Amino acid sequence: MLIVFFLPHLLYFSSYWSKILKMKKDNKPDNTAFTQQRLPAWQPVLSVGIVLPLFFIIGLAFIGIGIGLLITSNNIQEFEEEYTGIGDNSNCYICANNATANCKCTLNFTIAQPIQGSVFMYYGLTNYYQNHQKYLSSRDDQQLAGETYYLKNPSQSCKPYQMDINNNPIAPCGSIANSFFNDAFALYYNNQGFLDEVKLDGSAIAWWTDHNVKFSNPSQTGSNLSQIFEGTVKPINWSKPVYNLDVNNPDNNGFINEDFLVWMRTAALPDFRKLYRRISGNYSSFMPSGNYTLEITYNYPVKDLPGKKKVIFSTVSWMGGKNQFLGIAYLVFGSLCFVMGFILLIVYAKYQNVEDNDD
Amino acid sequence: MKTIVLWKGDCHNSAVLNLLALCSSALHIFTFTMYSAVKKYLPLPYFLYFCFIFKQMYDNTKVYHCTFISFFLQNNTIKTCKYNILTFLPLNLFEQFQRVANFYFLLIVILQSVPAISTLPWYTTMLPLLTVLFVRAAKDISDDLARRRSDKEINTRPCDILQGGSFKAEQWRHIHVGDIVRIRKDQIIPADLLLLASTEPHSLCYIETADIDGETNLKYRQALHCTHSRLQTEGQLSDFDGLVTCEEPNSLLHSFSGTLHWMGEQYPLSNDRILLRGFRLRNTHTCYGLVLFAGPDCKIMRNCGLFTVKKTQIEILLNRIVILVWRIAVLLELEILFESIEFIAATSRGDSSLYMGFLTFWGYIIILTEISQLIFSFEFIHVVHSLFIDWDLDMYFIEKDTPARARNTALNEQLGQIEFLFSDKTGTLTQNILTFKKCCVSGVIYGDNPCSNPTKEREDFSDQVLVDRLRSGEDRSLTEFFRVLAVCHTVMAEEVDGDLRYQAASPDEEALVTAARNFGFVFMSRTQDSVTVSELGKIRVYDLLAILDFSSQRRRMSVLVREPSGKIKLFCKGADIVIFERLETKCLYLDATEKALEEFAKDSLRTLCLASKNVPEEFYQSWSKEFLSATMAMQNKEAKLEAVYEKMEQELTLLGATAIEDKLQDGVPDTIHILKKGGIKIWMLTGDKQETAVNIGYSCKLLDNNMEILEVRCPRLLKVESEDTSDNFFQSLCVVCFFWKFQDEIFQQDSQIASCTKQVGILQHFVELASKCETVICCRVTPLQKANVVEAVKRQQKAITLAIGDGANDVNMIKRAHIGIGISGQEGLQAVQCSDFSLAQFRYLQRLLLVHGRWSYLRVCKFLNYFLFKTFSFSFVHIWFSFFNGFTSQPAYENWFITLYTVMYTSLPVLSMALLDQDVSCHASLKKPKLYWIGQEQQLFNLRVFAVTVLQALLTSLTLFFIPYGAFYNTAYDFQTFSVTVGTSAVFTRITYWTRFNVLAIALCLILYFIMTFILQSAHLYRVAPQDFSFPGAAYNAFSHPYVWLTILLTVVVSILPALIVRALNKALRSPDLHRVRQKALGNNLGGDACPLQGSLIQTITLSLIKGQFRITSSPNLQVLGHVEERLE
Repeated sequence: MLIVFFLPHLLYFSSYWSKILKMKKDNKPDNTAFTQQRLPAWQPVLSVGIVLPLFFIIGLAFIGIGIGLLITSNNIQEFEEEYTGIGDNSNCYICANNATANCKCTLNFTIAQPIQGSVFMYYGLTNYYQNHQKYLSSRDDQQLAGETYYLKNPSQSCKPYQMDINNNPIAPCGSIANSFFNDAFALYYNNQGFLDEVKLDGSAIAWWTDHNVKFSNPSQTGSNLSQIFEGTVKPINWSKPVYNLDVNNPDNNGFINEDFLVWMRTAALPDFRKLYRRISGNYSSFMPSGNYTLEITYNYPVKDLPGKKKVIFSTVSWMGGKNQFLGIAYLVFGSLCFVMGFILLIVYAKYQNVEDNDD
Repeated sequence: MKTIVLWKGDCHNSAVLNLLALCSSALHIFTFTMYSAVKKYLPLPYFLYFCFIFKQMYDNTKVYHCTFISFFLQNNTIKTCKYNILTFLPLNLFEQFQRVANFYFLLIVILQSVPAISTLPWYTTMLPLLTVLFVRAAKDISDDLARRRSDKEINTRPCDILQGGSFKAEQWRHIHVGDIVRIRKDQIIPADLLLLASTEPHSLCYIETADIDGETNLKYRQALHCTHSRLQTEGQLSDFDGLVTCEEPNSLLHSFSGTLHWMGEQYPLSNDRILLRGFRLRNTHTCYGLVLFAGPDCKIMRNCGLFTVKKTQIEILLNRIVILVWRIAVLLELEILFESIEFIAATSRGDSSLYMGFLTFWGYIIILTEISQLIFSFEFIHVVHSLFIDWDLDMYFIEKDTPARARNTALNEQLGQIEFLFSDKTGTLTQNILTFKKCCVSGVIYGDNPCSNPTKEREDFSDQVLVDRLRSGEDRSLTEFFRVLAVCHTVMAEEVDGDLRYQAASPDEEALVTAARNFGFVFMSRTQDSVTVSELGKIRVYDLLAILDFSSQRRRMSVLVREPSGKIKLFCKGADIVIFERLETKCLYLDATEKALEEFAKDSLRTLCLASKNVPEEFYQSWSKEFLSATMAMQNKEAKLEAVYEKMEQELTLLGATAIEDKLQDGVPDTIHILKKGGIKIWMLTGDKQETAVNIGYSCKLLDNNMEILEVRCPRLLKVESEDTSDNFFQSLCVVCFFWKFQDEIFQQDSQIASCTKQVGILQHFVELASKCETVICCRVTPLQKANVVEAVKRQQKAITLAIGDGANDVNMIKRAHIGIGISGQEGLQAVQCSDFSLAQFRYLQRLLLVHGRWSYLRVCKFLNYFLFKTFSFSFVHIWFSFFNGFTSQPAYENWFITLYTVMYTSLPVLSMALLDQDVSCHASLKKPKLYWIGQEQQLFNLRVFAVTVLQALLTSLTLFFIPYGAFYNTAYDFQTFSVTVGTSAVFTRITYWTRFNVLAIALCLILYFIMTFILQSAHLYRVAPQDFSFPGAAYNAFSHPYVWLTILLTVVVSILPALIVRALNKALRSPDLHRVRQKALGNNLGGDACPLQGSLIQTITLSLIKGQFRITSSPNLQVLGHVEERLE
């Protein structure tokens, strides 16, 4: 791309060179459309006939889109429950203040309206800066891409989670991996007294590209994951090594564990949610109203941030989760366009001396 | 050759001088110079120099002198190139890093190479910086090589130097102070010489000084009688053992003082013994001179100002803006720093928060420095604009095969902002060819039928009626008329190969005598006391009784002759006013002649009146005694002579008037007219006489008959009190400033501080008055004065100035003005060498300024606005983002996107706009010169425009960040999707600045953006280098969400809407007539020709003088030259 900058200078010198080398008999400049600045040009004309309808059309279109977005957003059924465990009466209060591993607490909630359609389950964190520069750069993409050299020799960027105190390489290294969200959830429907487990499907919750391109396990023929990862240690905050993240599904282990992938796809803003599971089984297309119990394996400390942890159940639509902002913004700017169109109409009507060609 | 040249400053001790004079006969070759630089930088004690002298005394070979002493000797080498192999790198780098942007860049590169700070990879800045440095250096080398070549060409010109008893062919550079050189006819004088002898009688020697002061008439210099009589052979010359003491090298072209000590006597030397470097020897076979000043000490070289790097106003503004941006960035970053320290203190446990904050601070400096990219593009645009000038066929002069050349590629947009134009006269406005066009004899105008034979060349004077009448010999006054032309002059005739050639002191005279010859009155030859004329075939010899010489005060000349018949006659020619004053009371044809003169003046012809008178013998006898005593007078000779002349030139009989055309270069009046309409004030600075200058002023439409002329003979007198000096008055005023008389006290470039301050004061008053006037003509100015005037206008008026000239005398002015233009294709390339642009003809100036300059200005300004907009709106997003990422210097975009954003995604629209944009076609800008005002008023880029641009960028960046922020708040969309959304919106918002030339480019860039994004985020590249391409699939995933698209759509439309509204409103509210806008903006009418004063307005200006108060009332204007002769003395 730098050639763009070189080019004119080369041209400039070539005019000297051609003179020096006597390539041309005389000094007469070339007669081309470019050198004589006669290039044809075209410009979208900003005439009244275009500008006014443009404003009205944009206004109408935006109001239309806005209404559509608002309706879609309102149709999305969303249910959010916080489980940070801050208040005394919170179920998870003990777990939040007691740092024992795999502390369990339950959360009971009622869904008043039955939720139609497939439902996604998210976990949400607030005041959590996954976009912090030091945090964001504290990963080794080469290691995560499965390059064996970097498995044992993590990049400097992972510091201070590059090596453990015994100078063993950490896999996966870096702050992001180290802070992997490790709460686990189980959901039960309180079906007339007995608890019916709602099946949660954790497959294909990460991006296809992440699963197949960006992340992969180091390959070594004839050896299983634990052998491959031999010589590395698990990240300091982890309870399980990376090759043992999902005991139920051996393929969902190592760097391509879906929960891990979701976590590694860092959030843009400090308040975010991440997809945890899709509700499957009997409840995959319909969640009846009633009482539910969420069993939480409470591991992840957020008290110091201070942040909050939430679970969210939401139906899905083409626009993703529930968010009224865009719809309202469309409505506002659409109306503004409309108003502006009227103002312009008045202005144009008042000042008749309008030519049809711009400039 | 046993000659010493001593400069007065070097040696004040007359005892030493005498000693040296005594010793001089013992010296064989000796030249002694200590020039000021050596003296300044090598504080050698005095005796050391004398050691050299005495060593030299005992040595007889020149070899010794060359090797040992030459360090202190000034030889004639000139050096205008800046670098040599060793100094190139440090000097050039030093120059380049003087540019704020380059320096800033360097700083960023250094910062980026520190891993703890680096937020972007080092190559994002390093490569562009290297490119810029390299390209610039290459250009500087090529420029310097060109200068070196021209230096070499000049230094190796041939000349003859006296060595060991005979002249040897050497080169200019071998000339040393004290050498004796021989100059042949038509050669250029190589150094400042003392004229020792010439082959002409009385050692006269004619020179042409056009290269030095622009005067084209021949001048003469005469050697001292003693050197003339005793130095006629080479042997005598080589035995010459004089000692010259003279002033130190200085820049005054018209003065010289020194003494020649020779043969035990002292002879004072003044300016008319000196031949300056750059003069051309004419009509003289050979002359011999002693070198007094050589090389850089020559007066003309002293008149060359120092080479300075020119910067355009916009570039200066840009530098200021870069510094401003830097300051704002630092402030912002400091704010962020404090926030970030707090944030880190709250979250981080390991690192010291202060250290982390420090690193963050520098990290932000790196990501907020996109503005530095500006510099490449700026450089690039300048180069292409220069190429357009080089390529322009309409500025290509076919006859001489010279295209226009932009020699300095950094000044283009300033061509669109010129407010003052300083022009040389000779060779720039005029061709310096004078032709006899018309005449009026006995009230009848001849030569007035150009239509009768259009086939003949225009310049030729032909009127069959006149020829017939002359032949018939009926009309006595007609015969008399041409007789005066043939006799009354100081022309020399010379026969070369049977062809009669005239050598005249002024081109006017030559034209007149040639005209007389064409009508059969052939001036044949002249002796000391006779003039031979062939009148229609009959040879008549007139005894020359007296020549009443021409002077600029008298403005007339007469000859007193005795006709072959024995009658004494006075033939007189001169300016009309002067002649009319001295006519006999009842003069025939006076009215008719006056009318004819008016007509001639309307055609911008130079007029002269001819008159004659019969002188009674007795009167002559008594007069000649007075004349003789006046010529012998020792004191007050000039005044006495003038009184005597006055006595003779009375009661004249009017014969008629002549009209001569001083041929202008093609298209000069049109060009001047158009440029004046474009609001450019044109000043003519010439070394020539006032009459000539004013005449040319009329013929090139610089002056017109509705203008009053305020003649200023002494700028000291000028201080205008503003009470009654409305703009209207000045619009029709032309100041003719006459520098000659007062040059010494006013413009002497002395090192004495006292005179300097005085000079500034006077110049200030002058410029204050003059810059209000429509036109200014400065006569008799030396090159240095020209430069001083330019400098004063530059400083006082804060205006952009342009100087155009062709000769060595314009070099200084060309260097000093914001833009210097050299007329190429003439002899003597100094002006072109020093110029920023070179044109083959003056008339190309209108295209250069009104088309190229205006476009350049427009494009550069649009470019700057666009660039600043796109950079700021892009960079501010980082700041908004920092509020949501803990004030860490996390870029909001992908690294590759940041790198390619300026270089690739947005460069094409920017460049196509900056290179090709035209608001109006070239024909329109030539047809409506008033469109030029946008540049003069700096309408398109100034601090206000900058502020608006920044505000717009701020709004856009807010939109760019906060709409996606709102849309993605508390959702599952990740950082990379967010980045892609914001980035894509940012690329789309570039549509805001569309013009007719970059629509295509914008479309191309959008396509390019998508292609590049998908390439850079492809799986393949990720597999090759995961570290460098860490966004695989981000765009793919993002663009598969309609929600992302809707966000982008809203962001883009909201960003563009304000610009669209402004454009639409502008369009509705703007008056279609740019002229009216202009008039409104200025509050008055600048078109000078729109409201001619017609002389009815009587204006008063009060000039407060040093001596007292003078009130000047301008009278209704007369028609011809010198309407209002307000002699302020």
